[in-house]
Amino acid sequence: MLSPKIEYFTPKTIQEACSLALQYKGEAKIIAGGTDLVVEMKRKEVLPKYIINIRGIGLDYITYDDRDGLRIGALATIRSIQVSPLIRERFNILAQAASKLGSGQVRLRATIAGNLVTAATSADTIPALMVLGAKIKIMGADGEKIVPVENFFTGPGQTILKSDEILTEIQVPNLLPRSGGVYIKHTIRKAMDLAIIGVAALVTMDGDAVSDARIALGTAAPTPIRARRAEAILKGNKISDDLLEKASQAALDEASPRDSLRASADYRSKLIKVLVPRAIKQAVEQVKAE
Amino acid sequence: MLSVLIPIVLTVNGEKYELSIGPTETLADTLREKLGLTGTKIMCNEGECGACTVLMDGKPVLSCLLLAVECEGKDILTIEGLAAPATGELHPIQKTFVERSGMQCGVCTPGMILTAKALLEENINPTEDEVREALAGNLCRCGNYKRITECVLAAAEMMQGGK
Repeated sequence: MLSPKIEYFTPKTIQEACSLALQYKGEAKIIAGGTDLVVEMKRKEVLPKYIINIRGIGLDYITYDDRDGLRIGALATIRSIQVSPLIRERFNILAQAASKLGSGQVRLRATIAGNLVTAATSADTIPALMVLGAKIKIMGADGEKIVPVENFFTGPGQTILKSDEILTEIQVPNLLPRSGGVYIKHTIRKAMDLAIIGVAALVTMDGDAVSDARIALGTAAPTPIRARRAEAILKGNKISDDLLEKASQAALDEASPRDSLRASADYRSKLIKVLVPRAIKQAVEQVKAE
Repeated sequence: MLSVLIPIVLTVNGEKYELSIGPTETLADTLREKLGLTGTKIMCNEGECGACTVLMDGKPVLSCLLLAVECEGKDILTIEGLAAPATGELHPIQKTFVERSGMQCGVCTPGMILTAKALLEENINPTEDEVREALAGNLCRCGNYKRITECVLAAAEMMQGGK
């Protein structure tokens, strides 16, 4: 993996990191966990002249308060999110998603920012963050901006992040009471498989009816997507098999699953029809069990 | 103009090594090529199989995806460092692997044993499911999973008995 003329930096502050990213714009890569970047470098898909290691800038926190909700530093590891008592108790769907990413070894180094910035359609944390209504904080030469997670992705592996910008924080607002969420990842193996289809479902219950439903699909389109028409079908109603069938069909219509090495478009379509109802049912059960 | 070599001190199996490393050299390559510690195996070389697993501050990580320069100040344990340094007595997991055919070709073995060690340090009495879950990131191309699981459970029993 040797490549000539590489320089390696370990900035100690966000400002230093941003100014390095700006200075070497277009020729630098930021390394956080390295579990995506190092693979890309080995395959020579990416050949940076400068590597900026941002692990030292102190962005690995997970904090919460009743007013602002959850704040996750960009460099929080997937493992820390998986085991965080705070996230498990209040935003359990995100802990579920984290627990399914990669393998134990990968989760110890991989970061939530990396999962977002690599922007694979099969990313595990993204559907969960979408249904949680998460926002992303970005620092750049122009200052700071906050973007809803759904607006972050522009295509497979592509985001709005410019080469001098750094993702610094993920913000998750508080959930309404009687909310529950489930992330289902359909894979062959127990670990190290990308999702053939991923479904994140979050419901808020009002008595026996679903007052709010949010559904996001992974590996069903060029980027992870919200299935808003499916959500609209469920909203305000009691769950029934018939309603779930209509909602899953709407989700399928909004998606564009494709043939790939790991599964056919046809199989993926069938999976969406099965997993969307399953995820909603499990989310409803989770709320009822509380 | 050449790559800038970075001077680092790596702590491996309790010993400190002063090295000059290129920024894109992986920990796996440094361990094997510079320190001669070839117990750490490189199988897929892209972080998918777990064969290159070493313990860093007690936790299992993929050495083929770590840049050596990121590992300064950490305690690295490779398979060579597992047996008792003074007597050479094998760790219980190594013993059960030997006694109960935990190896076939042996490529996955160092990574398996180290991941299992990290599990047993955290949970000395795992269920079979917990063992399989913990080792899910370590692939065995010989398909020896059943015996490997039995070895880890037997080692746990041994370690609980205070042996």
